[in-house]
Amino acid sequence: MSKQRPRVLAIASKGGHWTELRRIRPAFNGCEVIWACTDASIRSEVQDGRFIIVPDANRWQKLRLLVCACKVAILVLRLRPDVIVSTGAAPGYFALRFGSFIGARTLWLDSIANAEELSLSGVQASRFADLTLTQWTELGVALPPRTERDSRKVYYGGAVV
Amino acid sequence: MIFVTVGTQLPFPRMIRAVALWASNRGRRDLYFQHGGYSGDLNGLANTDFLDAATAAKSLQTASIVVAHAGTGTILSCLERGIPCIIVPRHGALGEHRNDHQIATARKFEGRGGIFVAWSEFDIAPLLDRASELSGGSGIDPYASPELISAIRDFVWEGRSRHE
Repeated sequence: MSKQRPRVLAIASKGGHWTELRRIRPAFNGCEVIWACTDASIRSEVQDGRFIIVPDANRWQKLRLLVCACKVAILVLRLRPDVIVSTGAAPGYFALRFGSFIGARTLWLDSIANAEELSLSGVQASRFADLTLTQWTELGVALPPRTERDSRKVYYGGAVV
Repeated sequence: MIFVTVGTQLPFPRMIRAVALWASNRGRRDLYFQHGGYSGDLNGLANTDFLDAATAAKSLQTASIVVAHAGTGTILSCLERGIPCIIVPRHGALGEHRNDHQIATARKFEGRGGIFVAWSEFDIAPLLDRASELSGGSGIDPYASPELISAIRDFVWEGRSRHE
């Protein structure tokens, strides 16, 4: 198996989603990381890689969702990341969706805020993401070795805190 | 300074009103409200609707205590810095969020060093009255659990790169 430096797109909306993504930074050591967030001021936090601003939207803002989806689609096609990791919300969901079309490996880390049920985006992402993780043991199966994983299942493999 | 914040998305007038009332009753002026759009009277206390992440981080850094909605961004940021944080969960039924996930968050984080839950707006004033006794804890590690870091790292390196 190749051990060449993977190109990772790490993408999250501002607020808690970004705070959680920032906390998994050491997981990308040695990778080529492109960070994407909806808040331009985040740029000052990013020293270890490129930073790209993406538009935000929620599920009631149909036009903004469409703009967000288009911009994220272009971003994913342009960057052609090997791996896409997101902690939510909408831009991350779209990145995983388009990423899976171009053969990127995709990981959805559901926010620690979802302690009693998976987020709606998380449920949808689990249908196509290569790996979906919850941060609460009650909501997922203990993460087994690679060969025993089912990409449709939701696993627990630790938490951001 | 007491930093009062409702996060990046939605206003939370029930919480803002309760804190403003407490400040007025106690004659306190050392507060800064980030309220997401509040139409009530803040008696001229410092306030803004939203803050970008960098500015919010600076405000947090100068706070002796934080009063916040039960959002994970603020909770984690306070835990990292060892700043005591009173959290007030938003209720879906009151139109304060799309569902009750903040109540679940508050249940899960209650009892963790530095986090104090005001289950209703009436619990805010008693907590603020004893703010000087509320300890922020020692400050958590800035990164996720080693278990999660290694699970993600393992996933990231499992495939072949197309770029080299």
